[in-house]
Amino acid sequence: MALRQIAFYGKGGIGKSTTSQNTLAAMAEMGKKIMIVGCDPKADSTRLILHAKAQATIMELAAEVGSVEDLELDDVLKTGFLDIRCVEAGGPEPGVGCAGRGVITAINFLEEEGAYEEDLDFVSYDVLGDVVCGGFAMPIREGKAQEIYIVTSGEMMAMYAANNISKGILKYANSGGVRLAGLICNERQTDREDELISALASKINTQMIHFVPRNNIVQHAELRRMTCVEYDPNCSQSNEYRTLANKIINNKMFNIPTPVSMQELEDLLMEFGIIKEEDESIVGQKKVS
Amino acid sequence: MSGKNVHEHGVEVMEEILEGYNDGTKKDRKKKLEVVKSEDVKCGINSNRKIRPGVMSMRGCAYAGAKGVVFGPIKDMIHISHGPVGCGQYSWSARRNFANGTAGINNFVTMQITSDFQEKDIVFGGDKMLTNLIKEANELFPLNKGVSVLSECPIGLIGDDIEAVSRATSAEIGKPVIPCRCEGFRGVSQSLGHHIANDSLRDWIYEKEVKGVEIEDSPYNVALLADYNIGGDAWSSRKILEEMGLNVISQSTGDSTVSEIANLTKAKVILLHCYRSMNYISRYVEEKFGIPWVEFNFFGPTQIIKSMRKIAAQFDEKIQQQTEKIIAEKYQPQFDEIVSKFKPRLDGKNCMLFVGGLRPRHIIPAFRDLGVQVVITGYEFAHNDDYARTLEYVENTTFIVDDMNEYEMEKLLENFKPDLVGSGIKEKYSTQKQGIPFRQMHSWDYSGPYHGVDGFKVFARDMDMAVNGAIWKKITPPWK
Repeated sequence: MALRQIAFYGKGGIGKSTTSQNTLAAMAEMGKKIMIVGCDPKADSTRLILHAKAQATIMELAAEVGSVEDLELDDVLKTGFLDIRCVEAGGPEPGVGCAGRGVITAINFLEEEGAYEEDLDFVSYDVLGDVVCGGFAMPIREGKAQEIYIVTSGEMMAMYAANNISKGILKYANSGGVRLAGLICNERQTDREDELISALASKINTQMIHFVPRNNIVQHAELRRMTCVEYDPNCSQSNEYRTLANKIINNKMFNIPTPVSMQELEDLLMEFGIIKEEDESIVGQKKVS
Repeated sequence: MSGKNVHEHGVEVMEEILEGYNDGTKKDRKKKLEVVKSEDVKCGINSNRKIRPGVMSMRGCAYAGAKGVVFGPIKDMIHISHGPVGCGQYSWSARRNFANGTAGINNFVTMQITSDFQEKDIVFGGDKMLTNLIKEANELFPLNKGVSVLSECPIGLIGDDIEAVSRATSAEIGKPVIPCRCEGFRGVSQSLGHHIANDSLRDWIYEKEVKGVEIEDSPYNVALLADYNIGGDAWSSRKILEEMGLNVISQSTGDSTVSEIANLTKAKVILLHCYRSMNYISRYVEEKFGIPWVEFNFFGPTQIIKSMRKIAAQFDEKIQQQTEKIIAEKYQPQFDEIVSKFKPRLDGKNCMLFVGGLRPRHIIPAFRDLGVQVVITGYEFAHNDDYARTLEYVENTTFIVDDMNEYEMEKLLENFKPDLVGSGIKEKYSTQKQGIPFRQMHSWDYSGPYHGVDGFKVFARDMDMAVNGAIWKKITPPWK
């Protein structure tokens, strides 16, 4: 089987790292060979697989030894649960430097060092929040991730972010061949959440690949720095991740997204009663005392 | 152009140039070209705009303006090119700002000091490294009187807080540390770099009340501002001022010191040579300290004498008499001697003069003193107020171009066939290959000074050497 490169994007705090690590753990259970590339300066994309607080990152180590050219692949590549390979790009503290450049440097390093030439089935990129600059778009550029999964929920801002990310995908769809592979709805228990995300998915020319229900066991596993799949393989939540893993493995729906305008998105939210009809007469009016 | 009206010929050439462009470029460049007649009083060129994409411009960037022009010549400061190594390395000592002192001891003008950014500095930020660099440099060069941090493009992109580093290190080493946000992507040319550098001096020298050495108060204290001492220019300008009876208490930024820059505010009058690059600080000092400023021009006899009288008029009878005395007894005989020697060799020649934002208009009269007519001129990065000041010096029909590109230059040389071209290094070899004598008018082509009485002698000799050089008689230009 040829190497498939996938990436998880989504609004900050939506549960990308948790969802991706659980799903990838389930995929590893099915015998797939996997490498995770964390593209977040927080470097928390692999902690549940490695049972580690934070992995030593490519950029951190590069800064220590002088430059990235002085690093060896073995210095940065760690192996965790079911032989999943883990690497973190790393980056600066909040408020300094350029985290985007860190992602670019780290991915180039992995390529040059032949990290992708190993016998792998999947490489998965876990990318910070929104596609804020060119650096965080690195995983969706030419020759990198081909399938993008956007983690979202029925909350308005998560949907805005999903639509925005699909704009980023569209930008590189023709030059690099990247495709939107589906929305993963991570349940927030908003009204008619699955219907809403399904409707959004069809609007932007994709599918809601799976609806992941909310379950507290995920928290219990996280406290132990474990995936739910490893912590309690028999629970219903683990089965949900296995279903998602199966769907990803067998996914054939790779589309060029058709992001919608703000107006269309708001219309959709209004249709589902998330936001109310705007009253233009109150805009910009001070409270009358 | 035999027989044809010079103005008509110029307009024809202008139309030919514009015909070579696509519609967008034509529309834009049309505003940058003008053929002015001797009687014209207004030049309508629209300047200080972005260059057209795809043309090879003669312009530089904001960093070039701030580091290369304004800060670089201050000799007792350590000038840090903050960012990757290239900007500092390739601009190293290119402007020939002379300075007294011992290099590496109390004069750092000839040194290239850079933070040499690496990938890890981009990703993690360079503030800590900059802090260490400033402290280390201060230990290595204990006689420095201050540090300037000239930021290159990446610093602006990653948002390093060089102001905070400057405040902290300044307190620690007890000397001014001046941050200058002159990232190259800002603005349309080096001109914005001059402005940013002026603002940095304002905020970090004058607003912070940095003290210069004690100066004995005198009604004759003047400051020589915006003379960069290229090939020793400021030294020969200063000589004239001192012989007029004035005390030059501050000279900047050529062969200048932090103390002299701080002492600008103790002058009675500020004498501004390069209006384009430092008028900002003159205006600020005038507003804040009530010190008047006067523009002057020390290129060539006509303008030197005119400027001396203009400066003397700011002072009392004593200075005015002394000025007339040295003009009559000392300078006029020297000028006569130079002119009588070189004018016969240069009379009737035509010249194209294209540099920066001030010199073209300042040097036109010096050429005229030698019988040379400037027929094509313009500026790389001038603003509209410079073009307004240009016609004061223009006495013959002149083709004026703003931000000339290589295509326009080629066309102009082809059509006007000047006997001499004065411009920069990028234009030098293409011009010489067309069989036209050339002088670099940014760096004085390894020569100088050109300012003042001493400078005029060198200028006249250099122009003669270029135009009448034996080599040109061995070369047939393509049109002959």
